[in-house]
Amino acid sequence: MELKNEKNSEHHAAKEPSAKSYVFIWVLLMIFTALTVTTAGLNLGGIAIIVCLAIAAFKSTLVLLYFMHLRYEEKLVIKLIMPIAIVALAIFIGLTYSDVIFR
Amino acid sequence: MSEHHSSGSGARVGMWLFISTEILLFGGLFLLYSMYRLKNPAEFHTGSMELSRFFGTLNTCILITSSLTVALSIHSILQSKKRQTIGFLIATIGLAFGFLIVKAFEWTEKFHHGLYPNAKVLSTKAHGEILYFGLYYMMTGLHAVHVIVGICVLSVMLVWVIRNKLTGNNPVYLQNAGLYWHLVDLIWIFLFPLFYLIT
Repeated sequence: MELKNEKNSEHHAAKEPSAKSYVFIWVLLMIFTALTVTTAGLNLGGIAIIVCLAIAAFKSTLVLLYFMHLRYEEKLVIKLIMPIAIVALAIFIGLTYSDVIFR
Repeated sequence: MSEHHSSGSGARVGMWLFISTEILLFGGLFLLYSMYRLKNPAEFHTGSMELSRFFGTLNTCILITSSLTVALSIHSILQSKKRQTIGFLIATIGLAFGFLIVKAFEWTEKFHHGLYPNAKVLSTKAHGEILYFGLYYMMTGLHAVHVIVGICVLSVMLVWVIRNKLTGNNPVYLQNAGLYWHLVDLIWIFLFPLFYLIT
């Protein structure tokens, strides 16, 4: 998210990020992997699941935006496919949970 | 790079549609896992204690690194650096094999402890624990199938690059293969905490 050099360049030229920024994303992913393993060892109790899933969500956002180029995608159709799939999945999960919990 | 890849964007739409179906496929399994976890919290706890956090973390690092190398191979082919592309592709395939080898060690260890579907030792355990290991083998197994498919796809890409069938002029094949490989990484990013970390 903090790739300032790409964000600031207003031209469309920054369609392909530099090799350095890929390495930077990789470092971030490794740091957050280390973070999630350490927090899992801390016995945080109930919020451990939330912390784990939040870190996983953040890591997957990094992969989608930078490694999978969604951040640089120009086609609106392609930009929309992932959010639609995620919303559909959220509806499935939400409805199933409400059925199981309030039955 | 500057000219329009009009054919490329159509192929990308197709690839992303395929990826969305994969997300829903694994999403359904994640939902199943979370429902059974909700119903059998104690059994899932004892089940997840059996898994090796070391193997899980090692495989996470391997897959994240392989995602980087495949991204760099696409970066190289766009600059028409053939040798770099080949190098990064070989690294990616090597890391994918590394993932499978670690997985094989991990599963062998579980098998030695009698923890595999329909094993005598496992069938004496609580129902929730049998469910946990069923889901573990099903979900990591399906993911491993995706890794094997990824190795095949990336190997075809490697041969094409070597034979100059795939160059900077038609990078869409490699880009889509890369998207598939990142998807494999993406799924593991969720499998890892769910099975190995949450106890």
